[in-house]
Amino acid sequence: MKDKQEAVVAILFFYFIEFLDSISIGYEKADRQKIILINNFIGGGNLTDNRPMIELVGMGKEFVSKSSTVRALDDINLTIHEGEIFGIIGLSGAGKSTLVRCINFLEKPTSGAVLFDGIDLGSMKEKDLLKARQSMGMIFQQFNLLMQRTALQNICFPMEIAGFSKKEAKQRAKELLEVVGLSDKAKAYPSQLSGGQKQRIAIARALATNPKVLLCDEATSALDPTTTRSILSLLKEINQKLGITVIVITHEMSVIEEICNRVAIIDQSRIAEIGEVEEVFARPKSKIAKQLVFSGETHIDTFVGAHKCRIIFDGRTSFEPVIANMILECKAPVNILFADTKDIDGKAFGQMIIQLPDEESSRKKIYNYLNTNKITYEEVM
Amino acid sequence: MWSEATVKMISVGILESFYMIFLSSFIAYIIGLPLGVLLVVTDKDGIAPRVSLNKALGVIVNLIRSVPFIILLIAVMPFTRAIVGTSIGPNGVVVPLIIASAPYIARLVESSLNEVDQGVIEAAQSMGASPMQIIFKVLIPEAKPSLIIGGAIAVTTILSYSAMAGIVGGGGLGDIAIRYGYHRYETEIMFVTVIILVIMVQVIQELGTLWSKRSDKRIH
Ligand SMILES: Nc1ncnc2c1ncn2[C@@H]1O[C@H](COP(=O)(O)OP(=O)(O)OP(=O)(O)O)[C@@H](O)[C@H]1O
Ligand SMILES: [Mg+2]
Repeated sequence: MKDKQEAVVAILFFYFIEFLDSISIGYEKADRQKIILINNFIGGGNLTDNRPMIELVGMGKEFVSKSSTVRALDDINLTIHEGEIFGIIGLSGAGKSTLVRCINFLEKPTSGAVLFDGIDLGSMKEKDLLKARQSMGMIFQQFNLLMQRTALQNICFPMEIAGFSKKEAKQRAKELLEVVGLSDKAKAYPSQLSGGQKQRIAIARALATNPKVLLCDEATSALDPTTTRSILSLLKEINQKLGITVIVITHEMSVIEEICNRVAIIDQSRIAEIGEVEEVFARPKSKIAKQLVFSGETHIDTFVGAHKCRIIFDGRTSFEPVIANMILECKAPVNILFADTKDIDGKAFGQMIIQLPDEESSRKKIYNYLNTNKITYEEVM
Repeated sequence: MWSEATVKMISVGILESFYMIFLSSFIAYIIGLPLGVLLVVTDKDGIAPRVSLNKALGVIVNLIRSVPFIILLIAVMPFTRAIVGTSIGPNGVVVPLIIASAPYIARLVESSLNEVDQGVIEAAQSMGASPMQIIFKVLIPEAKPSLIIGGAIAVTTILSYSAMAGIVGGGGLGDIAIRYGYHRYETEIMFVTVIILVIMVQVIQELGTLWSKRSDKRIH
């Protein structure tokens, strides 16, 4: 008798909570839609309402074994906003994979906290944590598809885990195949697909349970440049059309350039630098950032000539023929020793190293020109 | 060339052998499969690490596996009698066969499941799969071809154990081979039974390999 009463109270309480939840979610949704509409209307590209989706607070991770302790991450503070494409870059062994695995708690941080959509993952019960992971899709360098399942069955897999009905799962899987452009491969097994196709299936699979976040750990590192570009543009499309926050882990600067809004550079277990991609590319501050951005110039110091100058294109100046104008205006010849410019969001970024004339007067003219035109430069020794 | 009685004896022997092999394989798998799964998932790098349980299971499995079958067969006789009422004949042999082969099967299953790509397991975890879901939806289905091969190996091993049981009057082909060949020097009958055993092993192994290849979607 008493048991029954308790059960009824528990059920009522459950519905009450559900009800409250549905109200607040409904409100948020309406709000978000409005923002999307406004954004689209004024032509603003990315969602910039700055709602934190993932917050890492003083997060650290140590791997302890009998013989040694490895500090893979140290005091990581990072906020990733809803709707952005956030890049995390670093050299091999920097801790990138560990970082992304901490975000969905595949790896439990040994200090600090991970907040997902405002909720501390560390405080969750195991069951709720599993549920939360269904809101975070993940794709991998090696695709990690189930080899004994067809493409369609692979996409159904996370939905089976989340408790979708068979029919519903199959229906949605077919739609997702269309989204990734592989409707004709529904019955193919992973062994019959190319790398790029496998990654597309993996992306469809990661999207199956309607995640809020998509984690990509070196998702393009096993692919050739053309396929890489097509996968990246698919990720961008997913981000823009579905509003899913995308976190991209990579060791290639070109991946960051191609799709990211902001980037964090990880070096030796710590964040060395965080910022807008354009800013970091134009004015890298940390040593590791400079190393990554200017990776092509290792041989600069072997160039002859005493006076060298690095001109930085930061997106403002690139559409004018800077160098040509400078030569015309200063009437001084310069030698281009190195150039590495890239197109990011329609603007060119990068750097050029030029050799200046030996006469001091000509050099002064050139510096004047650069100063008056507000072109960023620095002397290189 | 043989009397009807001899032919009948050999056919009964074949049937008895089949009976012992399949009954004990079946029950040994009921014990060995979960045991193998447990060995994999409770490993310190497994999906539900329970280090002390894992160590304990490992020791038990190794202990039983290190006892030669012929000694185990005799040592468990009182236990066998208590369970099936006899320690001779096919029924008397099934019990020691199960005891001997279950830990062996557990190890076979363990090694098959360990072949499953760690990345695929990680992917399932990233989707919020529980350990149970991973076992039934990832580990076992992905390891299926290898589990089938392991199954063929287990069944042929049980077949050879069952033939050994002829020494204690276990029934089946092994019993006939020992009685006629060893005790009565009727080498012809022994020869025939041994050939039948060889054919059975070949057929089981081939069928297992074929089935495994058929079910494997990795190679086409
Ligand atoms: N399970 C583990 N046990 C012990 N040490 C580990 C473990 N996982 C990672 N590490 C260590 O943590 C550090 C960071 O590794 P991580 O895999 O995160 O690097 P990464 O930046 O992803 O490198 P890569 O670009 O090569 O993938 C490395 O020194 C690595 O040896
Ligand atoms: Mg890595």
